[in-house]
Amino acid sequence: MKAAVIVFPGSNCDRDVAVALQRAIGTPPVMVWHRDTALPDLDLIVVPGGFSYGDYLRAGAMAAHSPIMREVKVRAEAGVAVLGICNGFQVLTEAGMLPGVLMRNVDLKFLCKDVHLKVDNNDTPFTRGYRLGQILRMPIAHNEGSYFADSDTIDRLFDTGRVAFRYCTPQGAINGTGNPNGSQRSIAGILNDRGNVLGLMPHPERLAEPQHGGTDGRAMFKGLVEAFS
Amino acid sequence: MKATVHVTLKSGVLDPEGKAVQHALETLGFSGVNGVRQGKYIEIDLSDADPVGTHDRVDAMCRQLLANTVIENYTIDISE
Repeated sequence: MKAAVIVFPGSNCDRDVAVALQRAIGTPPVMVWHRDTALPDLDLIVVPGGFSYGDYLRAGAMAAHSPIMREVKVRAEAGVAVLGICNGFQVLTEAGMLPGVLMRNVDLKFLCKDVHLKVDNNDTPFTRGYRLGQILRMPIAHNEGSYFADSDTIDRLFDTGRVAFRYCTPQGAINGTGNPNGSQRSIAGILNDRGNVLGLMPHPERLAEPQHGGTDGRAMFKGLVEAFS
Repeated sequence: MKATVHVTLKSGVLDPEGKAVQHALETLGFSGVNGVRQGKYIEIDLSDADPVGTHDRVDAMCRQLLANTVIENYTIDISE
């Protein structure tokens, strides 16, 4: 699998996800600066977490209009897999590559903790390493993670299997207790229509080694490698 | 020319910051505060000499960057 990680000013999980990818692939991904305008031949593009452009105006709004994002959109339309994690998810919604928007957490607090997720769709290159309904533990670290879209869009996401992950309790219950940030219907990660773009707020790359305290994130990267080998 | 843009949350979109401000106002003893909604105010200095087309250009700025129309509305005022 050939992978690239986009680096914006203010990205801070670019190296973490590069390590997770290198562990899964065996070779390091290409790191691409946001001012670049071209990408090599690729199977996967990762838009990493962080605080691109200091979250000015709205989280992800500036990065969405970086020169490289034009090429990321072209590649996504050509079928290349695109994974947006945390700020990367915010960037993909601002770029119009995923529907909806990530709003300020409902309790107005920056949340940095482990949460639990339920796998709602494991028929994607990103989630094939998980069982349907599997409960995962992953860290979140965000101030704007409350997923919002109009009710028609939310219904369509569910009706067409485009909800990849929902927040849940450790026992797997989908309710207010398990929803850390006020996301509509506990949505933690969604896919585009075609299924080749995934955005999620939790950080799989931060729980991918035993030294991290857990390995639930690793299956995402292993699954991607299997999908593209 | 100067363009002033107000960006506000659409009705029905939860505004937790506005709610917190409302609670703070109530804590300060201001009664009768039925609701608070926060937004953004943006001033843009433009070199445009001719107002024709300016509004459309600022409208495009709003749609492409200044507002996220999924959750936000905007109004534009153009002045000399």
